[in-house]
Amino acid sequence: MPLEAVLGAVLLASLVLYAVSGGADFGGGMWDLLATGSRARRQREAIEHSIAPIWEANHVWLILVIVVLFTAFPPAFAAIMTALHIPMTAILLGIVLRGSAFVFRKYDALDDRVHRRWSFVFGASSLFTPFLLGLCLGALASGDIRVAGGRTLSGFFAGWTSAFAVACGLFAQGLFAFLAATYLTVDTEGDRAVQADFRKRALAAGLSLAPAAAVTFVLAQRGAPTIFVGLTDWWAPWLLGVTSVCAVGALCALWVRRFRWARLAAVGQVVCILLGWGFAQFPYLVVPDVTLTGSAAEPATLSILVWALLAGTVVLLPSFGYLFYVFKGGPGRRKTRN
Amino acid sequence: MTDLFFARAQMAVSLGFHIVFAAVGIGMPLLMAVAEGRWLRTGDAVCLELAKRWARGTAVLFAVGAVSGTVLSFELGLLWPTFMEFAGGIFGLPFALEGFAFFTEAIFLGIYLYGWDRIPRVAHWLAGVVVAVSGMASGVFVVTANAWMNAPTGFELVDRRPVRIDPIAAMLNPASLQQVIHMTLAAYVATGLAVAGIHAFFLRRDRESRFHRRALAIALAVAGVATPLQAVSGDFLARMVAERQTAKFAAMEAHYRTAAGAALIIGGIPDDETMQTRYALRIPYGLSLLAHQDPGATVLGLEAIPRDEWPPTRVVHWAFDLMVASGLAMLALVAWAGWLAWRRRRIPDQPWLLRMLVAATPLGFVAIEAGWVVTEVGRQPWIIYKVMRTSEAVTPMPGLVVPFVVFSAVYLLLGAILLVVLRRQFVDTTSGDLDAA
Repeated sequence: MPLEAVLGAVLLASLVLYAVSGGADFGGGMWDLLATGSRARRQREAIEHSIAPIWEANHVWLILVIVVLFTAFPPAFAAIMTALHIPMTAILLGIVLRGSAFVFRKYDALDDRVHRRWSFVFGASSLFTPFLLGLCLGALASGDIRVAGGRTLSGFFAGWTSAFAVACGLFAQGLFAFLAATYLTVDTEGDRAVQADFRKRALAAGLSLAPAAAVTFVLAQRGAPTIFVGLTDWWAPWLLGVTSVCAVGALCALWVRRFRWARLAAVGQVVCILLGWGFAQFPYLVVPDVTLTGSAAEPATLSILVWALLAGTVVLLPSFGYLFYVFKGGPGRRKTRN
Repeated sequence: MTDLFFARAQMAVSLGFHIVFAAVGIGMPLLMAVAEGRWLRTGDAVCLELAKRWARGTAVLFAVGAVSGTVLSFELGLLWPTFMEFAGGIFGLPFALEGFAFFTEAIFLGIYLYGWDRIPRVAHWLAGVVVAVSGMASGVFVVTANAWMNAPTGFELVDRRPVRIDPIAAMLNPASLQQVIHMTLAAYVATGLAVAGIHAFFLRRDRESRFHRRALAIALAVAGVATPLQAVSGDFLARMVAERQTAKFAAMEAHYRTAAGAALIIGGIPDDETMQTRYALRIPYGLSLLAHQDPGATVLGLEAIPRDEWPPTRVVHWAFDLMVASGLAMLALVAWAGWLAWRRRRIPDQPWLLRMLVAATPLGFVAIEAGWVVTEVGRQPWIIYKVMRTSEAVTPMPGLVVPFVVFSAVYLLLGAILLVVLRRQFVDTTSGDLDAA
């Protein structure tokens, strides 16, 4: 496989990993914002307990996406950051506010008032940032961003202001909310009442994904024709089949309270959806003017980057394994929740 | 004011904000690992308490550092797309390596902060050591990327495009080693002295506190080793700049006229029009000696450089003098503390020393900020030295005053909140009888 395709696959894989890890942390923030009823404080504590040790490591996947993009495909990075300057800047604000509010709340919640204030900032930024991420991915697929000779020709509002991009943003929010609620059912095994709250939320979010996906798909026909054509390729029915099995499986597992199975199926569903988008968009980074091959750096850069990524992965995998072993279960896990 | 001005201002604010947290992220894990290691070795519960307290503050600072670092990686493209289009393939490699170092740091910091009761003691301490090492490595990688902007190598220019790219040569450019050593030591000096200052403050209130006494000892030990080394590394770096970045060096020293046996100019008001520096302190032959170890050596002045390639002389000269003055003050302080400790064979706690340590709390960070002003403003008008001008690199996006104002306001607010949060962390948790622990 040519190196630029390998690095394109790395980009997609990092994005998928960011969605299923960091995306769920955003979802946790949404449920924090929507925490209601007599158990609101317990729900918030469960969310905090669940994401506190891992959210910073999860966040690095996004940085990896950016770094691989600007090292391997510099003109694509320049074009994307120029055409999407406005939503990307808003994403940065969301990232800064969310991370800061989260640690401030954790270490400085002296009373309920302060706690609520930081909770609101944390929750609100967790809600709007995924919307903007979806908006940007939708814009890349839309075909509205035009680039020639290193210049962005379509201005600063192309792509991300379309109905299709908005649908992508809403879909991303729903997806992350669904993931987070499903994860939280596993993480709250020690507290049945809160677990039942998150089960209800996961079911609601999961069910809402079906119409949201349908609307996005319909809007893609005009809003992202290249992707739409890609989704009629030979592999598309297969992937759609697997996605549907995962989606239905996740909902059924939630219904019968097999939460670990539900978590697995939900991850499978998100992975399939993003792979579908990636395959449909291949070989474009920005439809229709920026391709993997057309924007790739010199082979020397690509090959050394692949080696660096391999070496990094050798360090990374056991480290992540250990992190999740310590905090997310493993045979000797202590089920203390205090 | 132009969009270029606001792009530069936004970058400066973002870097100036992030670098404080980056330095703390390199320095604090070392202090924590030393404290916890001492607890493992001696069983001294005060050391364990210290590691735990430091970890709480570090958790907050690290989170803000992580998100403000993310802002920078995006801003490279948001503000300087033409630069990144040119340079991404050349100097992207250290950023990718930094990504993995940062991954490792974030993973093991999570384990360190939340794993006190979940993993064996030695494993916990080792997690802390991994955080310290990977934190340092992240800094090293990022600084090599910056060094490349000062000493661009690893490519050839054909039709203004880079070809025959060698990312390894770019990473190991002639400025890398000097800059990496200087910045890494700066992180240890600044963090060590800031922590020493905070604990000196509490020690002045409660002279018998074993907790603050032990904290002061560890922080001073780290700063005491790093500060003298930093003086040597500063000289090492300045000689490289004198040789390779003539304009930056001349601006640092406010040295206008090429001269043999050049004097060292300290302070004063550089005037680009008359090419003189008024009201300055002059040390005869000083500059020739420092730059070339020869009192008669010729040092190129700004006059040797085309006028449109001059950096802003005053900013660079004053920032450089501020950095050196802060550095020398810190050196004197740790020498004094070291002398007292050696003479009395105990942790130094003389009232005047404590007072001075409290006063010097922010000094390391002042030096870091001033040093980065020298590096970055001193390279102007170039974004890649002698290859691409900053004005060519800027985004076509109009209205950059808006993100500049927004980010400045957010960072100002965050900084203020952080001070309150950290203060409350410390004051609230430090009242009570720790020595009984």
